[in-house]
This record gives sequence, structure tokens and C-alpha cells, in this order.
Amino acid sequence: MAVLLLAEVNDGHLSMDATAKAVNAAKALGDVTILCAGASAADAAKEAATIDGVSKVLCAEDAVLGHRLAEATADLIVKLAGDYDHICAPATTDAKNILPRVAALLDVMVITDVSGVVDGDTFERPIYAGNAVQTVKSKDAKKVLSIRTSTFDAAGTGGSASVENIEAAGDPGLSEWVEDKVAESDRPDLTSAGIVVSGGRGIGSEEDFKLIEKLADKLGAAVGASRAAVDSGYAPNDWQVGQTGKVVAPDLYVAVGISGAIQHLAGMKDSKIIVAINKDEEAPIFQVADYGLVGDLFTLVPELTEKL
Amino acid sequence: MKVLVPVKRVIDYNVKVRVKADGSGVDLANVKMSMNPFDEIAVEEAIRLKEKGAAEEVVAVSIGVKQAQETLRTALAMGADRAILVVAADDVHQDIEPLAVAKILKAVIDEEQPGLVIAGKQAIDNDMNATGQMLSALLGWSQATFASELDIDGDHAKVTREVDGGLQTIKVKMPCVVTVDLRLNEPRYASLPNIMKAKKKPLDEKTAEDYGVDVSPRLEVVKTAEPAERAAGIKVADVDELIAKLKEAGAI
Ligand SMILES: Cc1cc2nc3c(=O)[nH]c(=O)nc-3n(C[C@H](O)[C@H](O)[C@H](O)COP(=O)(O)OP(=O)(O)OC[C@H]3O[C@@H](n4cnc5c(N)ncnc54)[C@H](O)[C@@H]3O)c2cc1C
Ligand SMILES: Nc1ncnc2c1ncn2[C@@H]1O[C@H](COP(=O)(O)O)[C@@H](O)[C@H]1O
Repeated sequence: MAVLLLAEVNDGHLSMDATAKAVNAAKALGDVTILCAGASAADAAKEAATIDGVSKVLCAEDAVLGHRLAEATADLIVKLAGDYDHICAPATTDAKNILPRVAALLDVMVITDVSGVVDGDTFERPIYAGNAVQTVKSKDAKKVLSIRTSTFDAAGTGGSASVENIEAAGDPGLSEWVEDKVAESDRPDLTSAGIVVSGGRGIGSEEDFKLIEKLADKLGAAVGASRAAVDSGYAPNDWQVGQTGKVVAPDLYVAVGISGAIQHLAGMKDSKIIVAINKDEEAPIFQVADYGLVGDLFTLVPELTEKL
Repeated sequence: MKVLVPVKRVIDYNVKVRVKADGSGVDLANVKMSMNPFDEIAVEEAIRLKEKGAAEEVVAVSIGVKQAQETLRTALAMGADRAILVVAADDVHQDIEPLAVAKILKAVIDEEQPGLVIAGKQAIDNDMNATGQMLSALLGWSQATFASELDIDGDHAKVTREVDGGLQTIKVKMPCVVTVDLRLNEPRYASLPNIMKAKKKPLDEKTAEDYGVDVSPRLEVVKTAEPAERAAGIKVADVDELIAKLKEAGAI
């Protein structure tokens, strides 16, 4: 059985964490070939070749594959699909954009956010904001799946797979890139950080969100947010943790001024240790917290930051 | 331009979902059902396009059980002009997969010829996040997913998308399939007079067979289980105790 795995490549850089976690899940399915696609992809391909368990890397460099526009990348994957039984990728926003398109072009169902591999046809995935876990068996000849990275460990490195250059499938001419607004930050990446500190509506303003950021920096943590905090403009959209945001499972998750709606829990309840700070002792977040601290965040968070 | 909005009837987002004891699925009997929250945002965006003069007609489409009529009435009460119900299941526990939904939507679109489709990014029941992308592929159209801003400009649309790294803006050729994210707009509530008016708006009823689409599932559900429970935690008295506990656990 052969697996084609679309690596997470942004602006020529490989996201090692997401890709290596997907490789670990995909290894159980067969021989893994990684595809690195982009306007520049050679460095990413070289790096991907070091992931343990990868047998080959395909490198497709073409301007038309830049910015991972769904149409051109999907066409390339469909062109390659004949050689593979499984097509997968880490469940990033890029893959969520591309893989269903690939599946429809192949006339198969897509299986998104896979959290467990039972066998080559059978997979587990969370539904209803993680309130249930469904096991599904695919009847399709080819399986297209996105892998929920928070449930798999990263494969190691030290391998040396061969890299082969390939061409794009052409320019569908349907969409073009205009701009990216990416906030530069020295903090760890939210989805791979060992510690995450998240703030919710209880923080009350963008200025006060600095309290969360200071605590995060003291802990060397990434910063997350609830939907309410993002909607209110306290935090940028890419910090949202939850059912429809990012899914994280760090060693330590600190939820501050977050009530614990199921949609938020869906994105963090697999964290190893959960701490909640909330002034409402009845807040549902305390039902999943290992350590709950009841009180006013405006006194507790500065005190915690200071004493750490 | 005509705008087509697919709306799904799902369990209300406030309801605590219960897995059935025999592992055959979740319990949907006597549970409050509503329009998928993302689809409310999609309907709202379509209506705003109409109010701005960028669209002439808004058509809502739902695929599933007969009861999805209620969901379509909600869309009509919000301001959609007409609705199409495609009955494809008679048991509320039978979910029609995104691939089959996309095939039916394609058939509807071949008839209706809209210039734009606005769908939700994700249905909050199956959490698939797939239908819009699949539909776009079947139509050979451009796709703009996870939209937080949409600007139609003649034969193109400029769309800002919520992505892992922040925001990405792309320019797509029309016709196009857009899927909406949470920050695109805040959907309106239907007023009582509009709810009354919606009862008189046209709602066509079709079946999956009318479009010749086979809706039998590609993914057989082997079982549905409760997620692993977390062990109960404790409340700490103060910051000092919290730090002590975290050190003890080796977390810091
Ligand atoms: C379709 C859909 C998708 C969604 N997706 C997501 C998602 O991905 N992620 C997500 O997070 N949500 C999501 N939500 C929203 C979710 O339902 C909740 O509305 C949201 O998580 C609430 O955010 P919050 O806990 O910050 O705010 P609230 O529920 O308002 O809670 C604020 C908390 O702060 C506490 N507080 C206030 N002041 C203080 C103080 N001074 N000190 C200490 N504590 C204080 C309060 O006691 C309260 O518990 C989604 C909803 C829908 C409908
Ligand atoms: N049965 C359905 N009827 C109408 N629209 C649907 C249906 N299923 C999915 N959709 C649309 O596709 C979007 C994404 O759904 P999904 O791919 O299932 O997560 C939804 O927000 C709807 O806009």
C-alpha cells in the first residue's frame, strides 16, 4: 500500500511538527511519499526527506503552486493519485481547503480530522465538537484523509529519503493570491507549544489581553483565545482554540476568563494538565480543569506571573 | 446575479449531545434542531448582497429529511426569496455525506445557474468542513473558503480568509463557491412579521432521485462512542498552592 502525504509548506518553509505528526499516523497505512509543493519547495523537500519512515519526497516548484491556492494544488495531487491508495495531510487550514477538492475530483469521500487509524479502511474521528468519536469504514477505492495532529506524536528525524523533482499540473486560472496578513511573533507556535495560555471574554479588552501575553512569556508559552475574545477584537483570529479554530493538546493549558463552552473544550480538552482561572466557581471549565483557581483574574494573573 | 445558499438542519449548538448506549449514533429524538450557525452567516451575507444591489435573488437549499423545511423557513424569514428542499432521507439519524450533498447541489445549480454559492465552512454535527470545496470541484469553479470578508467586483470576488497563520486575501473568478467563517458578519434575527411572510414564500420540494443522485454512504459508521472522560480535578486555594501543584506535577 502506498501513501501520498501533502507536507505543510508555507513560503518555502516546511512545518516540521505538523508534517512529522501526520507521517507518524500515515506510516501505519503503507509506504509514505511526501509531496512538497510551492513557488519554492526545494528546502522544504530536503528537510522532509529527513523524517523517519519517509521513503521518497516529491518536490513540485512552480509559481502556480505558490500560496497553496486550492485549485492548482488539488489538480497536482489528482494527477499523482493513480500511484497511491491513501492521500493525506495534516489537518491544517491549507489541507482542509485542498483535500475535499481532491476527494471530489476522485469521486471519493474525504475523511477529515482523523484522530485514530484502526486499519487501512477504518478511521476514528471526533464529531459534534468532540462530544462523540465516530469509527468509520471507507468503501472507496482511494482514501483521502486529513490527520488531526494533536493526537499523534511527531515521527523522528534522521532518515535520508530521495528527492525527485516533478512538475505542476498546469494553471487552472481560477484564483490568484493578493496578500497575507501574518503576525510575526517570537512565541512558540500554538499547535506545537508545550504550554498554552488562553484568554477569554473575561479579559474585557485588547489592552488587558497583555496580562495573558505576559503570563505566557513568563512560561515560554503560546497564546490562545476563545471565540468570544477573538470576536470582541481582543485577540487575532489565528489564536482561536476550539471546534472551529485550532485544536491543541499541550502539556499544560491555562484558561483565563473562559467559561468552558463545549465549542472551546473541543479544542483543548486533550491537554495533559488544564488550569482554569475564573471568578465564577460554577463555570463549566472547572469540570475539565485539573487545578481550578476561583477569583478575579486581574489580581490572580499578575500575582501568578510575578511569582513564577 | 442569483445567490444560492445551502443550509443544513443540525442539532442546536447549545444542546448537550448524548451518545446512544448501543453505540449506534447520537440521540436526536426530541432534541432541539436549528440551522447550522455558519449557514446563518451565509444567509445573512447573501441577503446583504441583495440589499446592496449586488444580487437579485437569494435561493436557500437544504438536503435531508422533510423536517428541514423548518430550516428553510428560517432562511426565508431572514430574507431569502425562495427555497428548495431536496428530500434524501426519512430517518433523522441518517446524515447525507458531503460528497452526495455536493452532487445534489451541483444538479440544482445546473438548473438554477446562480452566479455565486455561499455555504457554511463546517456543519457543527459531522464537523466535516468539506461540502463547499467538493461542490466547487464538481462545478470546476474557483473556491474561497473560511471567508471573513467578501467583496464582489464584476467578474471577480476579493475574499479574505481566516487561515492558520492569520489572514489571506485572494481574488477569485466568478462564479465561485465561498464558505464563510465566524467573523464575516453577525446574522440578523427574523422579525415576527417576516416569519409570517416567510410562510407564503415559495418552497419547492424535490427528491434525490429527481436529480439522479445516489446518496448511499461511502463511509460506513462502525460505531459511535463517548470520548475519554477526564478525571475530576481539584480547586486550589491560592496562587501559591497552584504553583506548588504544578511543580509537583512537573508541569513547570
Ligand atoms: C458555530 C460555533 C462555533 C464556535 N467555535 C468556537 C471555537 O472554536 N472556540 C471557542 O472558544 N468558542 C467557539 N464558539 C463559541 C462558544 O460557544 C462560546 O460562546 C465561547 O467559547 C465563549 O467564550 P468565553 O468563554 O471567552 O466567554 P464567556 O462564555 O462570556 O465567559 C467569560 C468567562 O470569564 C469569566 N470572567 C469574567 N470576568 C472575570 C474576572 N474578572 N476574573 C475571572 N473570570 C472572569 C466569567 O465568569 C465567564 O466564565 C463557537 C460557537 C458557535 C455557535
Ligand atoms: N444536507 C445539507 N443540506 C444543505 N447544505 C448542506 C448540507 N450539508 C452540508 N451543507 C452545506 O455545506 C456546509 C459545510 O458542511 P460540511 O461539509 O458537512 O461540514 C454547511 O455549512 C452547509 O452550508
